[in-house]
Amino acid sequence: MFETLSYYMQFSQVRYALIVGVLVALCASLLGVTLVLKRFSFIGDGLSHVAFGAMAISTITGALVSGLQPVIDSTNNMIIVMPITVLSAVLLLRTGRNAKLKGDAAVAMISVGALAVGYLLMHLDIFPNNGNVAGDVCTTLFGASNILTLTANDVGFCIVVSLLVIAAFVFLYNKLFAVTFDEDFATATGTNANVYNLMIAIIIAVIIVISMNFVGSLLVSALIIFPALSAMRVLKSFKAVTLCAACLSVFCASLGFFLSLLLETPLGATMVAVNIVAFGVFALLGAVKSR
Amino acid sequence: MSQLICQNLTLGYEGQKILSDLSFSVESGDYLCILGENGSGKTTLMKTILGLRKPMSGEIRTGDGLNRRSIGYLPQQTMVQKDFPASVREIVLSGFQGQCGLRPFYTKDEKQQAEKNMALMGLSGMQKRCYRELSGGQQQRVLLARALCATEKMLLLDEPVAGLDPKVTQEMYRLIEQLNKEHGITVVMISHDLRAALQFANKILHIGDKVFFGTREAYLRYAAAQREEGSCTHV
Repeated sequence: MFETLSYYMQFSQVRYALIVGVLVALCASLLGVTLVLKRFSFIGDGLSHVAFGAMAISTITGALVSGLQPVIDSTNNMIIVMPITVLSAVLLLRTGRNAKLKGDAAVAMISVGALAVGYLLMHLDIFPNNGNVAGDVCTTLFGASNILTLTANDVGFCIVVSLLVIAAFVFLYNKLFAVTFDEDFATATGTNANVYNLMIAIIIAVIIVISMNFVGSLLVSALIIFPALSAMRVLKSFKAVTLCAACLSVFCASLGFFLSLLLETPLGATMVAVNIVAFGVFALLGAVKSR
Repeated sequence: MSQLICQNLTLGYEGQKILSDLSFSVESGDYLCILGENGSGKTTLMKTILGLRKPMSGEIRTGDGLNRRSIGYLPQQTMVQKDFPASVREIVLSGFQGQCGLRPFYTKDEKQQAEKNMALMGLSGMQKRCYRELSGGQQQRVLLARALCATEKMLLLDEPVAGLDPKVTQEMYRLIEQLNKEHGITVVMISHDLRAALQFANKILHIGDKVFFGTREAYLRYAAAQREEGSCTHV
């Protein structure tokens, strides 16, 4: 088993993929607690659909720009996908909290709409060689083997963005706590909760975009939610839960990565499966502990 | 000079008035109880004072060195908090967040002050306990300690004894009285409990169809007159 693994690890592509996977999982887990407790999970879910639509748009425009050849260069795609997703994050946050406009319905509208438009765009007959649309769609939704086509460029981009996300999180940590625990109190005593809510939405959008290539847009939410939910079963302080979620996420990502190499299963789904098992274990631990 | 002056306030939701032309003022060291039926707008009034919502018309001013942002607030508990993984210390410290501005971490002074406030509320030794596992009374004391971190001058309390048993209720009232008498903190409290209000408050604001604002003694006379009037109309 270890021989197989060390054989794989000789390839720089595999190493790149591992680095990116661990970083992405780490970032995703950081905001999980806030997302779960603020009932913002819907944003994570909605955004991943939007990101899919954005990905379709960028594939199309990429194709148009580069002489009708679909480009699968994720860093190029980011330039289009990132702003669209961030913008949608802001929109979703605004509408999601607006009781008058039936927030959750608006979210459903935007996210499912983006999904449909994305799929439609991918089927447009502008690609000379669009034989593998189904494959592309599947890749974008569920993540793919194409992480092994990551270039040093992609890895660099991902590392920089991840570090930015982590830095932002550390800087905002106490503010996030205050705003998550009691928004009214925070606002009343002079914390600008709206600004921080906006930042949460933006950071989540960024995380979703960087993890999309990796685990696919439908599975991203799992990376965000699961570690936090697991840690919350057992631990009692915000700090402990956050740290535990981060460690757990890195562990599950690595384990899922190696398992998917060994068993030749799809990466994103394997990672999520490992997270589900971890949640089961933590839930059990929590139940035993509280007795 | 009053600490807090509300002048001709009209409050409401989406064009529907629930309170109109309300005026009152709070002096330093006051213990003001806000009474009124459910739905008469007590919590809305409190949120307006705190700047969480805008009045439809009217004006709220602060004075006597009180800043609008340095009012401590004890809200009614929300659902989110019921399953929030947070330690007592983390919650109390978050009372300082408003004063942090862009500074990402709490200072040593703030941490010490938080310890003091926890001790004052009888929470020593519980700093690491999980908030959601505390009893109702303990949770209220945690939130009160947090409110103290946000203010040295004025506390707004929204039904601080809701859901507490009689013994814990007394203890809570005692703590609040201590803050008012010994620490000179102005208290503005929403209450359902008329007896406690008359026992502790020096001023009463009664909102509803008829509005009363004045001292405790004046309120007693007013209430007696109301009863008489009521019995007259019944005959």
